[in-house]
Amino acid sequence: MSAARVGVVTFPGTLDDQDAARAVRLAGAEAVPLWHAERDLKGVDAVFLPGGFSYGDYLRCGAISRFAPLMEEIVPAARAGLPVLGTCNGFQILCEAHLLPGALTRNQGLHYVCRDQRIRVENADTAWTAEFERGQEIVLPVKHGEGRYVADAETIEALESEGRVVFRYAGGNPNGSLNDIAGITSEAGNVVGLMPHPEHAVEELTGAPSVDGRGFFTSILKNLVNA
Amino acid sequence: MTVDSVKLAFETPDERQPYVELGMKDDEYQRVREILGRRPTSSELAIYSVMWSEHCSYKSSKVHLRQFGTKAPKSEALLVGMGENAGVVDIGDGWAATFKIESHNHPSYVEPHQGAATGVGGIVRDIMSMGARPIAVMDALRFGGATQPDTRRVLPGVVEGISHYGNCLGLPNIGGEVAFDPCYIGNPLVNALCVGLLRKDQIKLATAPGPGNKVVLFGARTGADGIGGASVLASATFEDESQAKRPAVQVGDPFMEKLLIECCLELYQADVVVGIQDLGAAGVSCATTELAAKGTGGMHVDLNLVPLRDPSLRPEEILMSESQERMMAVVTPGDIPAFMAICEKWDVPATVIGEVTDTGRLVMTWDGETIVDIPPGTAADDGPVYERPFHEPAGQAALNADGPEHLPRPSDLRETLLTLLGSPNLASKEWVTSQYDRYVRGNTVLAQPADAGMVRISEVMPGAEETTRGIALSTDGNGRYAKLDPYAGAQLALAEAYRNVAVTGATPLAVTNCLNFGSPEDPEVMWQFAEATRGLADACQILGVPVTGGNVSFYNQTGSDAIHPTPVVGVLGVIDDVAKRVRSGFTVPGLRIALLGETHEEFGGSEWAHVVHGHLGGLPPQADLIAERGLAAVLAAAAAEGLIEGSHDLSDGGLAIALAESCIAQGVGASVSLPIEDAFVGLFSETAARALVCVRPLAFEALAEICGRYDVPCYGLGTTGGTSLIVEDVFDVPVADLREAHEGALPAIFG
Repeated sequence: MSAARVGVVTFPGTLDDQDAARAVRLAGAEAVPLWHAERDLKGVDAVFLPGGFSYGDYLRCGAISRFAPLMEEIVPAARAGLPVLGTCNGFQILCEAHLLPGALTRNQGLHYVCRDQRIRVENADTAWTAEFERGQEIVLPVKHGEGRYVADAETIEALESEGRVVFRYAGGNPNGSLNDIAGITSEAGNVVGLMPHPEHAVEELTGAPSVDGRGFFTSILKNLVNA
Repeated sequence: MTVDSVKLAFETPDERQPYVELGMKDDEYQRVREILGRRPTSSELAIYSVMWSEHCSYKSSKVHLRQFGTKAPKSEALLVGMGENAGVVDIGDGWAATFKIESHNHPSYVEPHQGAATGVGGIVRDIMSMGARPIAVMDALRFGGATQPDTRRVLPGVVEGISHYGNCLGLPNIGGEVAFDPCYIGNPLVNALCVGLLRKDQIKLATAPGPGNKVVLFGARTGADGIGGASVLASATFEDESQAKRPAVQVGDPFMEKLLIECCLELYQADVVVGIQDLGAAGVSCATTELAAKGTGGMHVDLNLVPLRDPSLRPEEILMSESQERMMAVVTPGDIPAFMAICEKWDVPATVIGEVTDTGRLVMTWDGETIVDIPPGTAADDGPVYERPFHEPAGQAALNADGPEHLPRPSDLRETLLTLLGSPNLASKEWVTSQYDRYVRGNTVLAQPADAGMVRISEVMPGAEETTRGIALSTDGNGRYAKLDPYAGAQLALAEAYRNVAVTGATPLAVTNCLNFGSPEDPEVMWQFAEATRGLADACQILGVPVTGGNVSFYNQTGSDAIHPTPVVGVLGVIDDVAKRVRSGFTVPGLRIALLGETHEEFGGSEWAHVVHGHLGGLPPQADLIAERGLAAVLAAAAAEGLIEGSHDLSDGGLAIALAESCIAQGVGASVSLPIEDAFVGLFSETAARALVCVRPLAFEALAEICGRYDVPCYGLGTTGGTSLIVEDVFDVPVADLREAHEGALPAIFG
C-alpha cells in the first residue's frame, strides 16, 4: 500500500509549513506541498493548512487567502468530505472561507501569546482526533495574537449541542475565546480548525514539552486507511 | 524643478550647501570638495553625508575596533571576518553559520514599536545578504527603571514591535536579555541579533564585479521613510526634538520581508546572484557605493528607474531613504529572466536600475542629467577617521574607592533572596518572551529561559539531513560592571555569554558585539569605549574566540547624561550532537548538585548592592578568563559524555539566584549546603567563572575527574528533589514561593 498523501498548503506568509510537513512525515505519511496559486490538489488524501501570517494578515487574518486559487479547489473538496485541518492562521482561513462558522478576533489581553497550553479534547470522533479520548487533556503550544473565538449565540449553542467543539482550553484561557473554545469541527467532522499547534508537539527534542500533537496525524492516517 | 547636476556644480562653485544640517563638519565637507575637484552636487552631498556619518563610517571607533583584527586569536572556524555584512564561521560538516548583532536604539526611543521592529528587519537582511537562511533571532534590551513612567511607554512598544515583526517573519526568538536601570530612561537600548545557516562554499558577498552585469533593486518600493535617519537619528543626540523627528523613523512590513527571505533563498538556489547587499542605513547610497567599491569599481545607475511609493521624491531623498525590505543584487544579463521569474513567483517587485562598469566611477543620472559622479571607494571606505581624545572620567577613582564593603549586610537571607528574585532585573522575563514565537520552523532545542538558545540545523535546509549538529547563542552585558571598570566589564560580558553557551554543552566559537556608549566627543565616554574595546579584544584572544563583526552605537546620551557604557556581547557555539544538549536547571529529583568554580567575596556592581542599597561603587568581579576557559572545557567534556542532566550558569545575584531559577525551571526542589562559611557571600557574591550542574549520583565521580583534569574546583552541594529550596542552616523556601516572586514581578508592573 502506498503511503497516505497529506497536502501542506503554502500561502505567501505561511510560516509553519515546514513543521506541518515534518509532522505528517513523522506519522508515516507523505507530505505534498500545495502552492496557493495553483488550482491543483495533486490528488492528496487530506489537506493541512498551517499557521503563519498569510498575506501579512492584512485586512483581516485569512481574509485574502480565502480567495487564493487553491482555495477554490479546497472548499468544494472539503464540502465533499476531504479531511482538512487548519491550525492557527489555517483555522482563521477556514472560518473566512465559511468551512467553519465564527471568527477569530484579537486576543482579549491584546498581546500575542506564546505558551504551552493545556487543552481538553471534547470530541474524539473527528477525522483528526480519533486517536484521542474524550476528556483527555493534552499540551500543545499556542502562539497567536488573534485567537479569540467568537460567534453569535445561536452558533455557539449549535456547536455545543452538536458536539462540534473539539478542543477547549484548560488551566486558563489564553485569549478570551467564548466558552474556552480552542477548536471546532464541521458538521461532517472532516474539517477541523484549532488555534493550538499540534505540529509543534511531535518531537522530544524540539518544540513544546510534549508529543501530544502526534495524535492528530496518527488519527488521520487511521482514518484514511479505513476509508 | 531643476536638479542639481554635475554640470551645475561646475558652473556654481560657490553655492552654499547645507552640509552642517546634514551632520557634516567643515573639514569633512572640504575633503569632499578636494576629492571631487569641485563642489558636490546635492545628491553627492547626500551620499557623503550619510556614508561618512558615525553610524555608517565608524569614524570615531575605527581606530579602536582594529584591535579585534590585530589581536584576533587564530581560529580555523573563521570564514568571513569583520567588514562584511556579517561574520561567517565554519560549524562543521560543510555548514557555516553567520550571525551579527546590531543596535536600533535611537529609533526605538522615538517610536518604540517601529524602531524595534525595523531593528529586527535590518539585522535579518544583513544575514540574508550573506547567502544564508535566517534561522533565529534574539534581542538584548535595556530600559530605564522598571517603574519609571516612560518605561511603560517604551518597553511595551519595543516588545510589541519585536513580537509583531519577528513573529510575522517566522523566525524563532530564542533568547536575549532584558535589564533595567535609570541610566537608560532617555536612551533605551534595542540590540537585535540574527543567525543564519548556509553551505560554507556558498557564501555571498557584497560585490559588483563584471562590467555589463545588471544592478537589480528588489523588494519594497522606496518611500520617504527615515530620510536623514542615518545621519540625523543615529549621529546626534536628541533632547526636546524627538517630536519633530518622528517622521524620520522607518516603518516596517514583515510580510514583505518574509517574501524577500524565501525569494532570496530561491535566487541563491538557482545561482543567479553575483553579488548582493541589503539596503539598511543610507539605503541606495550605501548599497551602490559599497557594491561598486568592492567590485570592478564602476557602476551606472538611472535613479528614475527606482520604483517609488511616493512619486514626488527627489533624487537626494531617494538616495537617503531608509525604506525597509529592500535588497540590491548584481546579476549577469543572461540570468535576468530567471531572476525576475523567481521574484514574480514571490510577488516581490524587482527592477533593473543600472549596470556595472569599469570606469571606476559611480555615476547616477536623473532625467538624463548626471547628478552623481564619484569614485565609490571615497564614500564607502575612505571616510574620515578620528583619533578622538580620551581620558579617565574625573569621578572614576572616587567611584572605584566607594566599594560595597561598608554596606550593611542582611540578617534575613530568605528575605534577601525573595527580594532579589522579584527585582526587575532578576525576575522572570516571561511577560516579554511570551510575546515572541519561539517554536516556529520546529528546530528550537533550547529557548528562554535557558542560558542560551539552541537550534538544530539538520532540518533547516535541504541537504542538512545528515548532520546532527546544532548552534547555541547567548548575549550578555552588564552596564554597571562596565561603568565601574569598562575593561573588565567588557570581558565579563564576553565571559558570561561564553559561559552561557558552554552550560548547554556547546563549544563557543565566535563573537559578535554591540557597543553602546554615550558621545564619542566626550573624552570620558571615549575612555570607556577605548577601555571596553581593549578589554574585549584581549579577552577574545585568551578565550580563543574571534570577533566576527558587530556594531557601535554612540550618542546614547541626553544632555551630558550618558548611559552606563554597555558592551553587549553575543557568543555563538556549536554542539556536535543536539541530542546531547543540556537542559536548564534541576530536571529530575535524585540528582547530585555540584558547584563548579571558586567563590570570592565580590559585591561591586552586584544586584544585591543595586537592589537593596541602590549602590554602585567599587570594582566589578574579577574577569578570570583562564578559569572561564577551564569551566567551558569541563562543561563540554561532561556534556559530550552525557554526564550532565541539567545546568545553569551563575551570574547576577550569584548562587542564590542560580539555585532558585534551577528549582523553578522544572519545579524540582533541592537541598544543599554551602561550600564556604559566610552564607551571605556564598549565596549572593557574583564571582564569575562558576556554574551549577546536576548529575546522576553514580556520575559524580566522573564529573569530579573531568574537573580535576581542567583544574576546576568542584563542590558537591547536595541533591535535587522535594518541593522546597533548602539551604542547610540558612533557609527553606517552597518552590511555589520562589516562582511567585520570580514570575509575579513584571506582570505587576506592566499588566
